Amino acid sequence: MKRRDALKKIIGLINDELIVCNIGFPSRELYDIYDRDETFYMIGSMGLASSIGLGLALSKPNRNVVVIDGDGALLMNMGSLVTINACKPRNLTWIVINNGAYGSTGNQETYAKDLNLSEIASSVGLKSYKFEEIDLEKIIKDDECNFVEFNCEPGNSKAPIIEMTPEFIKERFMRII
Amino acid sequence: MLKLKLKDDNMDSTEAVYNGLKDAGIDFIVSVPCVNLSRLLEMIDEDEDIIHVPVTREEEGIGLCAGAYLGGKKTAILMQNSGLGNSINALKSLTELYKFPLLMIMSHRGTEGENICGQVPMGESTPLILEAMGYNFFKPATPEGAYEAIRESWELSLEQGKPVSTLLEIKYW
Repeated sequence: MKRRDALKKIIGLINDELIVCNIGFPSRELYDIYDRDETFYMIGSMGLASSIGLGLALSKPNRNVVVIDGDGALLMNMGSLVTINACKPRNLTWIVINNGAYGSTGNQETYAKDLNLSEIASSVGLKSYKFEEIDLEKIIKDDECNFVEFNCEPGNSKAPIIEMTPEFIKERFMRII
Repeated sequence: MLKLKLKDDNMDSTEAVYNGLKDAGIDFIVSVPCVNLSRLLEMIDEDEDIIHVPVTREEEGIGLCAGAYLGGKKTAILMQNSGLGNSINALKSLTELYKFPLLMIMSHRGTEGENICGQVPMGESTPLILEAMGYNFFKPATPEGAYEAIRESWELSLEQGKPVSTLLEIKYW
């Protein structure tokens, strides 16, 4: 399974949750699969999806927030693991699609290829799972801050560039929350 | 009320920053500490109307502030000027790209009175970097000046769609 199929599985289990999606092909593919007002697509600042999601979750405690992140992006902001663990917002679910590659730049290998990211998150203190072992809808709705690793193969689909301007993405998102 | 505050000749340097943030309506703050911000960070921690999240690195804080603004908060980052260097890409390709308002309160080290030589290169370059980035900043010399600058910064940042900074040099404290 490649990222696009992983995203299809995830979005199929999403209801009215607020989504923050990682930069590059993850956002482009998600936009192509199913665009919705409640999704914030990142156009820049690799690594910060989980930080944006944390700020959002702390500010909107009555809404469930789902971060769709990547392994390369997580490696770029590993401090986020300890900050999110310290805050532990009960409405945050942090999914990391681990395809062991920097997908948007040509699928160069990442060091996460041979890492168990959910074990790392668990060692920091976060409730952590592998995607195939859980019912994602249940995990999103429970009263915990959760980390979910979704292992898959590298590779991008032919997803188009997102046509919306960053400002429009922001304003559309803010209008509905 | 504003006049009373301005007439208070004894306005404390830390209280001036705190009052400025409060009167700007700031209710979400991320921080990486500086010794000159110690008392301010304590005051913010004790304020139940402000969500305060200490972060591991300033760039991470820029992400948190963007998310918090999406969630309806008015945001600020408190840090040493060294943190500006750690945040440049996020400030450009997140904050400015999406036109997120943001207040940046920086303890400006490497300025007159600095006794750690390691602070000097970044201290000297900090205003030049902000200028190159095209971001407005204030360098208040007095608590009254700091209060005014910070209080007005949120509206200015919102208007410009860019971060607005206040640099607090060593001699300010």
